Amino acid sequence: MSLTKSFAEINDKISRGEAVVLTAEEFKQMAKNSSPQEMVKKVDVVTTGTFGPMCSSGAFINFGHSQPPIRMEKITLNDVPVFSGVAAVDAYIGATEVGSSNERYGGAHIIEELIAGKDIRLKAVGKGTDCYPRKEIETIINKETVNEFFMFNPRNAYQNYAAAVNSTNRIKYTYMGSLLPNFGNLTYSTSGELSPLLNDPDFRTIGIGTRIFLGGTEGFIAWNGTQFNTSKPKNDFGIPTSNAATLAVIGNAKEMSTEFIKAAYYEKYGVSIFVGIGIPIPVLDEEIALKLCITNDQIETHIVDYGIPEHPALGKVNYRQLQSGSIELNGKIIKTAPMSSMIKAREIANLLKTWILQKEFQLTEPVQQFPRQSSVKSLQIR
Amino acid sequence: MKKRYFLSFPANSVTEPIIYNLVKKFDIPVSILKADINPGKEGNLLVEMTGDNAMLDAGIEYLKSQHISCNSVIKRVKWVKDHCIHCGSCTAVCFSEALVMERKNWKVKFFADNCVACGLCIKACPLQLFEMDFME
Repeated sequence: MSLTKSFAEINDKISRGEAVVLTAEEFKQMAKNSSPQEMVKKVDVVTTGTFGPMCSSGAFINFGHSQPPIRMEKITLNDVPVFSGVAAVDAYIGATEVGSSNERYGGAHIIEELIAGKDIRLKAVGKGTDCYPRKEIETIINKETVNEFFMFNPRNAYQNYAAAVNSTNRIKYTYMGSLLPNFGNLTYSTSGELSPLLNDPDFRTIGIGTRIFLGGTEGFIAWNGTQFNTSKPKNDFGIPTSNAATLAVIGNAKEMSTEFIKAAYYEKYGVSIFVGIGIPIPVLDEEIALKLCITNDQIETHIVDYGIPEHPALGKVNYRQLQSGSIELNGKIIKTAPMSSMIKAREIANLLKTWILQKEFQLTEPVQQFPRQSSVKSLQIR
Repeated sequence: MKKRYFLSFPANSVTEPIIYNLVKKFDIPVSILKADINPGKEGNLLVEMTGDNAMLDAGIEYLKSQHISCNSVIKRVKWVKDHCIHCGSCTAVCFSEALVMERKNWKVKFFADNCVACGLCIKACPLQLFEMDFME
């Protein structure tokens, strides 16, 4: 009979300092000489990591009440507008929001600077009410002066993503970076076999409530992310071959580090934010171990032409090819380059491993599984 | 040896046959990698010169005597390496292989000798870590 383990058993081992924890890359290396069944016996937890630009991110912040108080109805932080349609002194800093004066500086930069402990200029106006008589306020805030400051990202950690090329004769500036004309380069943006959702493609262990590494501290999966899609075609190894599942994540931004949250600007596209995410996967049984054995050559994605508005798919490629530095498409050798940082992804997986080994991080069984059937609707114009 | 230089011409030197003189009088083969010549205004050239140290020094002395400033590429391209997250975006556009992703440790390396100062990395870097004061 094959061995199975529970979350509780693995957490006990972590508490006793007896858990065997490997990064996803280390696990796959070891699995070359062992069967999945043996890997269940040998390894308890596998850590994953990714550090890529994730536009659908932001942070809630509560400024505290002034005397007399104000019902903030329009708010800027360093001249970047933030969403103020939530109660008097709550706001949501959208990572991609920018002000009118500088398109290269936005919500992501505010979030990074707040995490770094810097001062930020708050300006707000309200109409004045009987209970909130003040009509305007201007002051300086930082993460020590505010009440709560927590990141809540609606769509992060895409399970796979299409690789981008440009067939036109002009350079294209996209969220996949600068795409050179006439298939001059190809960009891709996942950490491949180190990526969280590619290591548990059927969400056996990852779900709502899972404790994760987020931005340098512990966070949680709050929900399935927006545009969560289980209906994308899968390859022979059960891996979706284009952007499929996503995560909505939450965590205390006051405890985060700018090592793992970085503001970004993509030319002629806009502001985005690099988010560091790591997820531990317990090796509960042979089926989970089998999926953890999947390597870059077995993870495929589509090559998509960003030169054409409909983004047609031109072919498939695997991550071993992508990470090699060049691929061949229709007889032409094309240089490949990542958009997400592999060295940071490795750092995250290693850090999470260390936390678990030092008994500082326990695994969480999902409170609820992700939807088993979910597809994405397009917006109809009517 | 081969060395790459930025040459900046004052407006009144633009009509001098500088490259001709470098080849004829100093025996230095010159490849023009980028040119921005505007008669009546300042001009800029990115060149690769081949020769031994003495030859190149003599050529550079000649350029200076013509009031042409001569800087190596390395001095004109700035990369705030300490803030780099090694995402690889710059390596996607660097066709001259100056910015290269080292695939063993996934770190970006800068080989200044290969740089042709095309400026594509400036726009490609999402952290805006590159600067160049030539033709920008």
